[in-house]
Amino acid sequence: MDFGLSELQLSMQENVDRFLAEEASLDRVREFAATDHSLADDIWGGLVNLGVVGVLVPEEYGGLGLSAMDAAVIAECLGNHVTPVPYLSTCVVAPRVISLAGSDAQKNEYLSKIADGSKTIGLALSEACAARGNSGATCRDGKLTGNASYVSDPHADYWLLADRDANLHVIANDASNLEVKVMPQVDRTRPICELTLSNTPCDSLPNSSPEILQHVLDVAWTSLAFDTLGAAQSMLDQAVEYAKNREQFNRVIASFQAVKHMCAEMAAEIEPSRALLWYAGYALDDAPDEAHLHACHAKAHMTEVGTFVARTATVVHGGMGFTDLLGLHYWFKRIGLNRQYLGGPEWLREQAAIAQNLAA
Amino acid sequence: MDLSYGPQYDTYRQELRDFIEEHRDQAPRNAPLKSDAAKSWQKLLIENGYTARTIPKEYGGHGGEPDLLKGRIIGEEFARAQVPSGLGGQGISMLVPTLLELGTEEQKRQFIPPTLAGEMVWCQGYSEPNAGSDLASLRTSAVLDGDEWVINGSKIWTSTAHLADWIFCLVRTEPDAPKHQGISFLLFRMDTPGIEIRPLVDMTLAPNFNEVFFTDVRVPKDQIVGKRGEGWYVANAILGHERDSLGDPNATLSRMTRLIELMKEETIGNERIIDNPVYRDRLMKIQARVMSLRFNDLRVLSSRLNNTDARLARMISKLQGTELRHELEGLAIDAMGETGLMYGASEFLRDGGSWQNQYMYFLGLIIGGGTSQIQKNIISERGLDMPKEPKFEQSSTKVN
Repeated sequence: MDFGLSELQLSMQENVDRFLAEEASLDRVREFAATDHSLADDIWGGLVNLGVVGVLVPEEYGGLGLSAMDAAVIAECLGNHVTPVPYLSTCVVAPRVISLAGSDAQKNEYLSKIADGSKTIGLALSEACAARGNSGATCRDGKLTGNASYVSDPHADYWLLADRDANLHVIANDASNLEVKVMPQVDRTRPICELTLSNTPCDSLPNSSPEILQHVLDVAWTSLAFDTLGAAQSMLDQAVEYAKNREQFNRVIASFQAVKHMCAEMAAEIEPSRALLWYAGYALDDAPDEAHLHACHAKAHMTEVGTFVARTATVVHGGMGFTDLLGLHYWFKRIGLNRQYLGGPEWLREQAAIAQNLAA
Repeated sequence: MDLSYGPQYDTYRQELRDFIEEHRDQAPRNAPLKSDAAKSWQKLLIENGYTARTIPKEYGGHGGEPDLLKGRIIGEEFARAQVPSGLGGQGISMLVPTLLELGTEEQKRQFIPPTLAGEMVWCQGYSEPNAGSDLASLRTSAVLDGDEWVINGSKIWTSTAHLADWIFCLVRTEPDAPKHQGISFLLFRMDTPGIEIRPLVDMTLAPNFNEVFFTDVRVPKDQIVGKRGEGWYVANAILGHERDSLGDPNATLSRMTRLIELMKEETIGNERIIDNPVYRDRLMKIQARVMSLRFNDLRVLSSRLNNTDARLARMISKLQGTELRHELEGLAIDAMGETGLMYGASEFLRDGGSWQNQYMYFLGLIIGGGTSQIQKNIISERGLDMPKEPKFEQSSTKVN
């Protein structure tokens, strides 16, 4: 019996943490946020060297061939450091989708390029879950028409799109009849855009199915939950550290019960969520019958906890928490994006009820 | 991650299931303390190693090797079969482990076997009217007079005092020592002259508690656990045991299952409660928290088996477990609406009135055994290394 992270997972986390602490500091994140959002080659290159970019790519295509849980624990590190890289899209969802739904030729084409870090693949999946408005795309004769909103990674080399029939397609960024428009939003560590498609050529994945789409959404939700876990932990750590140093009324504010209790409440919410996420991550590959329910709950619950931690940790910092100077808002907004992206908590809880036949 | 217990434990679990099925009819239902039914069930469970499993045979236990997973399987299987497991109570859950650790050989032989057998019932004398969260400020005194302690003072929140044969009690024996070093841990009979018990009815209207008054109660000098002045440390060994046992995730899980059924049965207008999205959303929120605490508990178990650190995960379980249960029971009451108010002898009761009862009972547990606020102090100070509140010197003038 062992319910916890494996040696391998802990050592991957340690390596990624060390690299990010050294090479992807908040100053570097600010630099990224101030640019046009093209790929942060230095950070990406470091992650390629560490092998984590190919974590879900099968070994025969040059990846590590690890599990969805292994991929999720890396997302925790990236959330912890608010790292501006297309990890969820290129390293988690894309390899899973292409491995499951792609032809051999497509696997050859895309998977090795993911593993070596030479290509990035963004996600156009928001129409497939908790869709807003009436955006969406349909595929006819191998060409896509319509639009996709809240698409990740405006500078990606490709996008993975789910059409109105739950079929999955790869669109190249230089495809004809494709318009890409950045959608400015609060989280500047993970930019998003809108795609407008009119008879846009695409590379359709022949083995697509609603089941595969649902599975990769479960993987994505769990990964987003881990990202929030990492970000929330960082905010708690920063709040505790700040409170231990900030003096008012001739005492460090960490000695006031009002402040201590805010920090204790954050810890008391984060710790059990961590265990829920571990199980959700484990279930993705090792208990498939339970994966969907736990993924819904993991993202919905972690999101609520993350939102609570984001506001509480900010308040512990007082006025400084509100400034750009301290940069705490990068974590606040990271958690904010993870909350809305690919389905908010109310919608996910309804999916959890449906999964148990408690709602239609 | 490896969530299986291993084949030897699968066998163990199957044997236990067979045992429960075979003896189900002998299991007592609501049997009073010390009744023959309760005692013979306890005896059967000890013989088979399903309670008092790791307590040495010479003290009336089963004498098994410590094995966390076996302990866990026992808890799971009795809960699953809804058959009473071994006797509980503060004597068995708190005093016995303490005596095993800190008692003299004579004390172990005198007290542990009858306690385990259900023949000797204990109550706990810790809290006082003016010593609650600040337990170490307790004032009940014991003064040595020849070969006897003479005890004066009072205790409060004393569960089962009216049924107990003996009490384990914290008293101040060194009035001039700093408050944590002036306390001793005494054991004495509840029928000693000078003890008065008054029932204290709680908000559930059950006489679960008592006030206990001591007037010149004389107790043999050697009925002390640990040395004079070490009572605080003896008591803390026990409080650890108590905290671990509150907010049991298995019990919460079975309440959750029942709550879902209840929400399918109850209606508002012509609609089932479960079909109303507002109630359903509340249910799903609570379900995620129930799952979280269940996995948190699994993490704590795993950390004990594999010697890894899960300090924070352990510290939050009393706080979160009791708060969650209170909220879960409260949702059931809301799901029933006015029917949820029914109590006592009402013919409209659902589930024997257990929802209101547990809703209130768990508010008691949020307060008892270290309030939620005290838990937050512990989490922030011991879990997050935040400094203690500065202590103020006692002053004769009160500042308002």
